[in-house]
Amino acid sequence: MISRLFENYAGRVSLQFAGVSGAQTRLDSGTKGRNHYRSDFENSAVIINATRIIILMGVKSVAADRHRPRTLTRPHRHFMKASHAIWKERFKGKLPEPIGSEIDQFETEIDLRKQGKIDEKVFAETRLRRGAYGQRYDNGQRSDGTASRRLAFADKPTKGPNTMWDAPGMLRIKIPFGGLNPAQLETMAELAEEYSDGIAHVTTRQDFQLHFIHIENGPALMRRLAAVGITTREACGNAVRNVTACPYAGVCQDETFDVSPYANALAWFLMGHPDTMDFGRKFKPAFSGCAQHPCGLTQMHDIGYTAAVREIDGKIERGFKVVVGGGLGPVPRQARLLTEFASVEELLPLTQAVCRVFGKYGEKKNRNAARIKFLVDKWGIEKFREEVFAARKELRDDPRWRDRVKNVENSAEGPLKPPGQIPAVNGNDIFQHWLKANVRDQRQPGYVMCAVTLPLGDITADQLRALADFVGRYTRGTIRTTVEQNFLIRWVSKSDVLALFNDLEAVQLGQPGAGSIVDVTACPGTDTCKLGISSSRGLGGELRQRLVAKSHELDEAVTALHIKISGCFNSCGVHHVADLGFYGVSRTVNGYKVPHFQVVLGGQWENNAGSYGLPIIAIPSKRAPDAVDRITDYYVKHRQKAEKFYAFVKRVGKGSIRDLLEPLNQNLPSHSAEPGLYSDWGDPRQYSIGDIGVGECAGEVVSRFQFELTAAERLVFEAGLHLDEGEVQRAGETAYAAFLKAARALVQVQYDDVSSEPDEIISEFKKRFFDTQLFFDPFVGAKFANDLFAAHAARGEQFTPDTAHHRIAEAQLFIEAVYNCHNKLTSSPSPITVRA
Amino acid sequence: MELQHLVIKIPVAGALAVDPAKTVDLFHQWVARQTVPGVLLIDVAELLHVPDGPGVIAVGYEADFALDHTGGIWGALYRRKTPLAGTNQERIAQAVASAAQTALRLQEAFPGALNFSRTEFELIVNDRGLAPNSAGTYATALPEIETSLRAVLGHANFKLTRHDRDLRQRFGVTVESAQPFDLAALAGAGSREVVTH
Repeated sequence: MISRLFENYAGRVSLQFAGVSGAQTRLDSGTKGRNHYRSDFENSAVIINATRIIILMGVKSVAADRHRPRTLTRPHRHFMKASHAIWKERFKGKLPEPIGSEIDQFETEIDLRKQGKIDEKVFAETRLRRGAYGQRYDNGQRSDGTASRRLAFADKPTKGPNTMWDAPGMLRIKIPFGGLNPAQLETMAELAEEYSDGIAHVTTRQDFQLHFIHIENGPALMRRLAAVGITTREACGNAVRNVTACPYAGVCQDETFDVSPYANALAWFLMGHPDTMDFGRKFKPAFSGCAQHPCGLTQMHDIGYTAAVREIDGKIERGFKVVVGGGLGPVPRQARLLTEFASVEELLPLTQAVCRVFGKYGEKKNRNAARIKFLVDKWGIEKFREEVFAARKELRDDPRWRDRVKNVENSAEGPLKPPGQIPAVNGNDIFQHWLKANVRDQRQPGYVMCAVTLPLGDITADQLRALADFVGRYTRGTIRTTVEQNFLIRWVSKSDVLALFNDLEAVQLGQPGAGSIVDVTACPGTDTCKLGISSSRGLGGELRQRLVAKSHELDEAVTALHIKISGCFNSCGVHHVADLGFYGVSRTVNGYKVPHFQVVLGGQWENNAGSYGLPIIAIPSKRAPDAVDRITDYYVKHRQKAEKFYAFVKRVGKGSIRDLLEPLNQNLPSHSAEPGLYSDWGDPRQYSIGDIGVGECAGEVVSRFQFELTAAERLVFEAGLHLDEGEVQRAGETAYAAFLKAARALVQVQYDDVSSEPDEIISEFKKRFFDTQLFFDPFVGAKFANDLFAAHAARGEQFTPDTAHHRIAEAQLFIEAVYNCHNKLTSSPSPITVRA
Repeated sequence: MELQHLVIKIPVAGALAVDPAKTVDLFHQWVARQTVPGVLLIDVAELLHVPDGPGVIAVGYEADFALDHTGGIWGALYRRKTPLAGTNQERIAQAVASAAQTALRLQEAFPGALNFSRTEFELIVNDRGLAPNSAGTYATALPEIETSLRAVLGHANFKLTRHDRDLRQRFGVTVESAQPFDLAALAGAGSREVVTH
């Protein structure tokens, strides 16, 4: 039974510790790699290649291969759950291979790391590839509102650079194409209760996340997940992440065909595949059944597949339009066309070829330029295409390419109950509201799909079990997670809709508003993410609460909008493609740090994330709800007939909306008058980013800094307006001017007499802030400075709409980095404790 | 049968008369001051947006403390995460004491606005591997729970009601005492050095 739950996958990566007396521990996939990267550590050296990690360490090696006698002494385990051995014994020999042995190996690696016999950098990537991720306090620091203090972790060893061993972390759980069954929901409920905080969190990429997980409980969790056909394998790390797909696939009115089985085939084919072991960064695939709707969001993925058909000799052939190099992140890219049509038999080999090219030629050292979009940028899509098709020709034939997609169309889901009609219900407004927003007709007559709205993607263990009951009662267990952090129950007979609604409502899962403005999407932000700058979930919760309270009075045009929030510029909340996007930044007001959000406009959710927005203004976090009110009121008042928000913004111009929001930044009260403004949503502590920032330096506060940087922000905003108006060259050049303005503002903090001469600004900036590393970001290092240098080196270039858009986005990020550097310069150095 | 990872929840008596969001600030203070002996507090999880959910949690390394709303019932919750040495009876006493201490701390923080039951609490074994929700677990665990509670409460005049018999649920009982208990006495009864494996 269990073995059927997993499909076998290729290129298993096992970790073998060859314990030959002395000095060599080897982790080997059994296949040979190509490129070697070497880094040296104290008393050790690590050589990493495509599928092989070799660690040479100055410690006694051990035999940890499960086929060898175990000589390992188990370390002290004081936080492993008491049932750990029970689960291990219960599933011994019953889990599908290689999943079972890989979990055993991970357990061994945990032991070895505790004994200092695996280097921390290698262990970090190892655990990431198994879905074990750090949380905000995992560097051992925590701000208490007045200072960042050290948490009294036992302090040995670490799980990776600056990652405390004792810090419980997040476990990401892959759900290919979001497909789940009742048994899997029940297992998620058990694990959320026993190992986490009682909440399972659905992510914007159809995964689950559990928080506050002790790493030593990881293997037990993984065994219990594996027993119901779920893996955490490669949920994080430089690997192929969850393969997402439109949750309506198979039942959608508009789709070309059901992409679900192909998404599933690709997910398991690529998992552990040797050609995916050499990536410098993550790789995210997505499937869509059609081009016009946003459900698959293929344009913003590393690789996107849209169902297509063609007719040859009167016979219809299935295939995919394939795009590559899309992505959000700090500087988003729209994916570019790889091929208009790849047959379903070509799906796996073509993707394998893409992976091989990315693994072979993608950036490895600079992780900020290592996504596939940068390789496509560097080469251009034509060369990238040539390389991919050349690599495709060289691939050795693999029967799985055909076997995995053969007859998969027959695996389509079906109904449990006969088709029906929705019963007439009078006087139940909530049901009618839910019916309108959450229920959608299937292609199959008599059936509907019903969205289950989750607040910020969160669901309790009790609700998960109830959901498992309902899904089993009304369907053949057909439910999916969605990228809007909800569930979708499919194949519900229309006759059962009211009964299902009543059941859902009884467990508080019957909230209407799916996919509407109240259904706010947010990444974890400062709640748990160590990169978070502002509280995206806090703002999301506040907006949701306010919008739900007035949902009945909202104009229909406003109801249809999407709000998406990220805690920083990294876009996990997909703010670039929202109607109203927000991402977290910090600003200094009256000498205090104040959480802010950049308002992002111009994004398009439709057409598979057809266009990306740009920031127009940063406003204090506590005033973001006012910004939403102002923008939506303005939209209702000034839109023309059925004008969509995207078109409205384009017509009225971002400048007018910025003017509308500008007063929210003016006359900010003092800290003593309104201390709440100086804290973030859901967190009454005095706002600080001290728990993520490291390092400090002395400096002087220069009053004109703010003035100069505001001018730089205005320039970058104007650049966006030029782009909107089709003045592409002017847009790119204005963005470059914004770069220079911001750089000069910072240089002036140390050197008043710097001229406006670009070369001098760059030279002084480099000398004072780059060479000294003062400007380096703790997470992305020199990236923002390098963007400045690149913009300067390319001055005079001819811009395309894409390159101008990128330059603008980079300039905005550079300005944020200047703010952050200035914050460091002007912060009091004393309270911050830095852990080595 | 080893009873580890115990959860004790003491329900609020009457209606909740305090904004639960205020516990966010309180718990941050607990973390900042590390006010719970034997537990390293690391974070605060605010989950008030989830209906009938975990409420607000002071997340600890060894244990969590919460103003919990699971099942739509507000209560002071203690959840032991790391295993404890000792006997089952000692572990039950320790968990009850820690929950009582949590309730007292909450009451002190919100005087007059937050009161907890003096006659009832829930005891859950948060580990299906050790204690599946079966009749067998009930039969085995019941005598030990009864013995321990007699010592903790100081009398035998209480009733144990098994929770939901759904095998998917965790094993748990509701304890109803015929005589009101004193939270301070309960808090003191199990207070001793916490020893981990």
